[in-house]
Amino acid sequence: MSQAAPILTLTDICKSFGPIEVLHDVSFDLRPGEIHALAGENGAGKSTLINIIGGVHAPSSGEIRLRGKAITIASPLDAQDNGISLVHQEIALCPDVTIAENVLMSEIARSRAWFVNYGKIRRRAATILSKLTSLSPDMRLGSLSISNQQLVEICRALSQDCEILILDEPTAALTQSETEALFRLLRELRDQGVAIIYISHRMSEIYKLCDRITVLRDGRRISTDNVADVTPDEVVQKLIGRKLEALYPPKSRSPDGPVLMQVSGLSDGKKVHDVSFTLRRGEVLGIAGLIGSGRSELLHAICGLKARASGRVTLADGADFSPQRYSDAVRKGVVCLSEDRKIDGVFLNLSIAQNTSSMRISQVSTRYGFVNRHLEHQQAETLGRRLNIRAASVQQRVFELSGGNQQKVAFARLLSVAPRIILLDEPTRGIDVGAKAEIHQLLRQLAEDGIGVIVVSSELSEVLGLCDRVLVLSENRVSGILQGDDLTEENLVRLAAGRARGNSNRKEAHHD
Amino acid sequence: MTDDSATKAKDTAPTGGLLFQLKRLLRIREGMLLLILAALFVAMSFASEYFLTWGNMRAVLLSFSTEGIVVVGMTILIIVGGIDLSVGATMCLAMVVAGKLFLMGMNPWLASVMGVFATGFAGFVMGLFVTRVGLGFFITSLAFFGLLRGMSFIITEGTPLSLYSMPAEFKYIGQGTFYGVPVVIIIFFVVAILGDILLRRASAFRKIIYVGSNENAANYAGIDVRKVRLWTTVLCSSLAGFAGIMFMARLGVATPTFGIGAELNIIAAAVIGGASLNGGKGSVLGAILGIALLSLVTSSMILLDISIFWQDTIRSLILLAAVSIDHLVNKHR
Repeated sequence: MSQAAPILTLTDICKSFGPIEVLHDVSFDLRPGEIHALAGENGAGKSTLINIIGGVHAPSSGEIRLRGKAITIASPLDAQDNGISLVHQEIALCPDVTIAENVLMSEIARSRAWFVNYGKIRRRAATILSKLTSLSPDMRLGSLSISNQQLVEICRALSQDCEILILDEPTAALTQSETEALFRLLRELRDQGVAIIYISHRMSEIYKLCDRITVLRDGRRISTDNVADVTPDEVVQKLIGRKLEALYPPKSRSPDGPVLMQVSGLSDGKKVHDVSFTLRRGEVLGIAGLIGSGRSELLHAICGLKARASGRVTLADGADFSPQRYSDAVRKGVVCLSEDRKIDGVFLNLSIAQNTSSMRISQVSTRYGFVNRHLEHQQAETLGRRLNIRAASVQQRVFELSGGNQQKVAFARLLSVAPRIILLDEPTRGIDVGAKAEIHQLLRQLAEDGIGVIVVSSELSEVLGLCDRVLVLSENRVSGILQGDDLTEENLVRLAAGRARGNSNRKEAHHD
Repeated sequence: MTDDSATKAKDTAPTGGLLFQLKRLLRIREGMLLLILAALFVAMSFASEYFLTWGNMRAVLLSFSTEGIVVVGMTILIIVGGIDLSVGATMCLAMVVAGKLFLMGMNPWLASVMGVFATGFAGFVMGLFVTRVGLGFFITSLAFFGLLRGMSFIITEGTPLSLYSMPAEFKYIGQGTFYGVPVVIIIFFVVAILGDILLRRASAFRKIIYVGSNENAANYAGIDVRKVRLWTTVLCSSLAGFAGIMFMARLGVATPTFGIGAELNIIAAAVIGGASLNGGKGSVLGAILGIALLSLVTSSMILLDISIFWQDTIRSLILLAAVSIDHLVNKHR
């Protein structure tokens, strides 16, 4: 454990946005050669704190000392000049230009030369990229998958020879192997004396990677400890300020209920091939697999968001279920929660009530077709209580809520049509531990109430902890179904990677 | 989960094959426009013997050269994520200001510089409303559309300013030829080539693309987004003003009604040329090919004796077709 003098010290930082104070007297120090985890639920103030360090926001009060000298960090450019690099949680890259230009954008921006030296930019970008990935610097960024864009985002931060590197949930979209490559690189940088702040919701990552951990809650610093000195349970307790009964609700008591949905030989001609499974009453069915294995596409092919090429889906009564479009599926009680909350899940600039009524506005309308505000609010309040949505009122607009509460609004919207089957794509991505546990509880409750629940998740612990049975996809086909004692991390990883490994040579040759 | 070859494979573009190369050419907007222009050339040279004459080519080039200068500015502004509905009125303002100052006894060159300066300033004020007040480009430029046109009427008191007394060397930039090529065309090519090279290679102009492509990314890269937007607006207005001066030298008159409706043609050309109104996408070369196509179609219609009343309809259909094809080709990428 390095005990060098801190490179960065924040003292009594406060920050308010309008009347809302989001940071209160937060003190924080960072030493060269350490990886310092910053943990906290959504809304705890992590992002605000790192945005202050990164020059995006200015603190309302408090002192920032860098290498012992008090400074103000006025802009992102200013932060870069002070050796501070920030990897944002949300991908902020230009889709219309090459990877190389994205990686070295700040260098181009501040260049004194009249013309961009593309040869040099290309070579430098290639060097930086090679540390993490085999991507070519000449590709247009917009053509990359999310996980590769995330890698470019990280490379962009590495392009400056920074002394302080801040990463905000960098692994959210990465595969296991990419995550491991990133960890190797971060350890290497640490050993070279770089000070790293690492934000993650994943406890296992913090324990694998970090030296110290600072916990924030409600805008205040709760603690700073050596990671070796605290247990994960203690950290979780500090995060949420109370004891979690258990991280996941108990599994189904009646796993062999009647069939709710039967999928046989479903294909979409591209990303889903010959998938068959049954969904039973009372269970939570998981769908696991690597990014690109066809998980989301499978959900979309079931509920009419994507056209099917072949295959058959039947519902509980044996009736054929082949929606031409999503609205058909909704009418029959099959609803889907999309992966990206901000884009597809909720209307950010509408109120909670307007969101919850939006899926079937006729439910809250008079017979002349006008919306009945009273009914609309009543519906939102009922669903809000059921889901424990924390908001000032149902008229509050959704963008003002925390991520976890936004996700609950998205859920409320689905539940407003009293669905028989709900398909969920990454239902807890990017939301905090507390809200996550609540959503898991809710899913279990829905399953027990007889609603079919299918969950796609990239998070191993969620798949293992929440689901009764798990369908594993590999290269767009089913590679196995796990349940009971077979539902282990080893089996999941083996099935998810198995086919891909065996066929990788043929696959690559095909693309040459 | 150790293997992600499937993900990687998706990000590797396949290469090779003549058909594939053709498809790739079609995907690049400039390639598609070149093919369409070539087809039009072949078809028209059979349809009319007059089409492939230097006289006709010169007339076509002349017809879009001056407006083409505004297209360069508009394309760059659209790339940064903006739009300017007032460029027609801006052209007019420059010519009216310069004409009025000339008639008041000012040297015509200095008067022209003042005219361009006036439009640059108008662009600056418009840019301030966008970047400092936080209004949208669309509504701000709609207001300026009326504002600048109104100023032209105020300055001229509603009547055209006759400028036949301008010295010959000034008229030369609008009416003269250099080795048989009209000076207007030469100036246009200089502006267009310069614009294209700068946008592809110059550090300052790359910032425009970054800001238009993703404002956040640009901000995090230490680019002053507001400053880039402001000066791009000034550039577009100044180029429109410059074009206005060229028209003045060519026509020998400054009319307060000049350039009404020009903005539609100019924006259409930029969009046909591949500029995306969402920003980040587009090229000067494409936009020039776009206005060339529009002008060539107009001239072909005249040669084929198609009624002039069809012009707007056909031009708009081309715009719709270009945008639709682009959308359909790129949808399944």
